[in-house]
Amino acid sequence: MSQFRGRGVASRWPAAALAALLAGSAYAPAAETADTVRIDIKNFRFAPASLTVKSGATVTWINQDQEPHTVVSADGRFRSGAIDTGERFSFTFEKPGTYPYVCTIHPRMTGTVVVQ
Amino acid sequence: MPHDPPPSSRRRALRCLAYGGAGTLFALSGGVLTPLELARAAADRAGTAKLGRPLFVQLSDTHIGFHKDANPDVGATLNRAIDLVNAMREPPALVIHTGDITHLSRPAEFDLAQQLFSRLRVTEMHSVPGEHDTSDPTVSEYFKRFGSISGNRGYYSFDHAGVHFIGLINVLEFKPGGLGTLGEAQLDWVREDLRGRASSTPIVVFAHMPLWTLYEPWGWGTGDAGALLSELRRFGSVTVLNGHIHQIVQKVEGNVTFHTARSTAYPQPAAGNGAGPGPLEVPADQLPKMLGVTRVLQTRHPLALALEDATLA
Repeated sequence: MSQFRGRGVASRWPAAALAALLAGSAYAPAAETADTVRIDIKNFRFAPASLTVKSGATVTWINQDQEPHTVVSADGRFRSGAIDTGERFSFTFEKPGTYPYVCTIHPRMTGTVVVQ
Repeated sequence: MPHDPPPSSRRRALRCLAYGGAGTLFALSGGVLTPLELARAAADRAGTAKLGRPLFVQLSDTHIGFHKDANPDVGATLNRAIDLVNAMREPPALVIHTGDITHLSRPAEFDLAQQLFSRLRVTEMHSVPGEHDTSDPTVSEYFKRFGSISGNRGYYSFDHAGVHFIGLINVLEFKPGGLGTLGEAQLDWVREDLRGRASSTPIVVFAHMPLWTLYEPWGWGTGDAGALLSELRRFGSVTVLNGHIHQIVQKVEGNVTFHTARSTAYPQPAAGNGAGPGPLEVPADQLPKMLGVTRVLQTRHPLALALEDATLA
């Protein structure tokens, strides 16, 4: 099982890339279109836990729990910060591949996005 | 619980362990716990004073930034906890915060928390982060404010009044689907830190997540804590203080006492009661009884530590 090290992942991001990540994702509502797919965070689970999308799709996680959660990818590609109740985080997947992710506050919560 | 004569065996001491409650004083001497009801201890100040002088207070899970039904004003309940500490007949020199200072790792939350902590009439405050403190995208907000003592590693040690304190971080490295992790670098540092120390030195270890496995489905534990405990077993008095679960659970293993603290923000359900470890809503008049702080007293003959839990009401 791969091991996440949150701080190491974050510190390797160049400042410009990090700014772009934060500007385009955290907390800002994303308009749901045909290219936007939704993952609900509820009862300490990602639903669906495994999601397949096409390259270029935007995935939006919406937290419906009373606890905050995070969405952090194994490869450091995306990191949400704390998503409070009712808040959301979005990421646009350009490159095909399999992207496992975890909630760093509750590491038993895991999910995968498969990009085709 | 009724006042019993000091138990003469470890088995009798374990039978007397209390689970939470309005206030329980434990005196630890030679690895055996002697429980005293806090109300009786309050009525017998001279007898209680013989148990030792206040060494420090454990504060935990303040969750500044939380504002839901379980507690709409965590700042107010933290202030009540601070008032409780400041009103102690003999104020302690230290406060140790076992993490989740904030709820969402946001700068304004850290700023407010530090502003509130400045009301504490103590000489110094030490902390370790919880997972709610390290959830910002760059994992830097906690370390900007509290990281210098550990060189931004999150783990460090210091000595006070003959007691050796070790602060550990177990919320950064983890295995998906698993428990908290200390990691090999931190464990190597602990081995080096303890090398050569006399076994008679009282040790206090503090970290956010429990350093024993309470309930794995909710991540209540640290996967590699066994290696840590192996290093600690030779010491005559070890007190392990954690937070994270927002309720008091204690156990004794030989000379090691484990204690998790109440939150000053909101309670959580007992292990397994519900979908997960979220905030537990209780009637408003019950909330102060489920929040609190822990005072740790230092006894002199023999040198050992005693734990005293107090609630806000």
